[in-house]
Amino acid sequence: MTIDKIKKAIIKNILEIAPEVGEDEIEPNENIQRSLELDSFDFLKILTAMNEEFRVEVPEKDYSQVDTLEKMAEYFLRRA
Amino acid sequence: MKEFLMPSLGADMESAVLMEWLVKEGDSVSKGQVIAEVETSKGVIEIEVFDEGVIEKLLVEPETECAVGMPLAIIRAKGEEEAKKDISKEEPTPTKAVAEVKKEETPREERLKVSPAARKRAQELGVDLTTLTTRDAAIRLREVEAAATPTMETPKKTKELKTGKKDGMRQAIATAMSRSNAEIPHYYLSSAINMTPALTYLEELNETRSVKERILPVAMLVRAVVLALEEVPELNGFWLDNEHVMSQEIHPGIAIALRQGGLITPALLNAQEMNLDSLMLSMSDLISRTRANKLRSSEMTKQTITITNLGDLGVDSVFGVIYPPQLAVVGLGTIRDEPWAEGDALCVRKVMRATLAGDHRATDGRVGAKFLERLNKLLQNPKELL
Repeated sequence: MTIDKIKKAIIKNILEIAPEVGEDEIEPNENIQRSLELDSFDFLKILTAMNEEFRVEVPEKDYSQVDTLEKMAEYFLRRA
Repeated sequence: MKEFLMPSLGADMESAVLMEWLVKEGDSVSKGQVIAEVETSKGVIEIEVFDEGVIEKLLVEPETECAVGMPLAIIRAKGEEEAKKDISKEEPTPTKAVAEVKKEETPREERLKVSPAARKRAQELGVDLTTLTTRDAAIRLREVEAAATPTMETPKKTKELKTGKKDGMRQAIATAMSRSNAEIPHYYLSSAINMTPALTYLEELNETRSVKERILPVAMLVRAVVLALEEVPELNGFWLDNEHVMSQEIHPGIAIALRQGGLITPALLNAQEMNLDSLMLSMSDLISRTRANKLRSSEMTKQTITITNLGDLGVDSVFGVIYPPQLAVVGLGTIRDEPWAEGDALCVRKVMRATLAGDHRATDGRVGAKFLERLNKLLQNPKELL
């Protein structure tokens, strides 16, 4: 598993869940939810899709460790 | 024999484009079945039938603009005899009120596979669909927009862009909200609610659950609003013909802001029958379908109250504008850490401001206050919300 592969999966899931987001809007170190104006349902759906793909559960207390593309990719890399 | 008419999908709708029939002549249909897709200023809506029977005749072709109330199909009730060949008497003749406008410029020489959104966008942008080829695959929004890009700089095109879909929705919102503020004497109430007990309870609940089974705070809030409405039903319903009509069913319209601009408030139908888990699932599904343009006509028309949550955007208090003919808007603000007095101690708690905008013709501040008080009480005893 490489970090690039995980990032690609995250981006793919974001674009599927929020089709109106443009790929170029996703900045690696910006807060995903705030910068892309996603609501809490969208964010939960992204985590659910990632869970189905990589079998990693992100407990609620770890949400602050997955709030940017970069951080989420690292979080999944360590656990997948 | 019954005519199936173009339904009104909101107080502000005058017409819609029938995009696609999902049934054909001779098909049996049941109550609540989706039989067609129509495109309105609010996006593509699936429309349902409310009679059981057989489709005797489809009266309009796809891609026809139809006025509200225009007959779209004839449905023969079960048991009713099949129509004789001569049904000329029943053939509805379009009157002035139901003017039929055939969409122009849609290339139909050979049937192109085009998604409804792409077709609409192409009209807005002036893109000729026949010039787009996507090797068998359906033409989608992306291709249309790409084709339009080089011409977008000319002032003329820019102007056309502004009169596009977004503008239709803007106009629809403008009409409804102007009517609201002109007709409805609003009163506003606000209440600070300590959310720490509810959020702590939810955290404990979610700790034992996989990510896809978790409950979001907003689902719990909607559940609390529904339960409070059961106790204060005066706020749930309509003001119709100068009369206060309460509804037994609770269909809260959930305000969903669209990133591309505008707002849709589809109904979470029969929320009074849901527990916390099923409400979370239904709400998640409703939001996905709103984004994907897959709402049903009943979800666009049956709202008995509106719930608007601007918490994600950092707003403290929402003072809503009632969507006629509804009676109230419940506003939910951001949940923040705030100083909070408990007994004689000062502590920090998660605090949210809940607001109510009520129609003063139907209810008084006392009713609104009772509602906010019940809402607060429920959120202090979150176990009751399961």
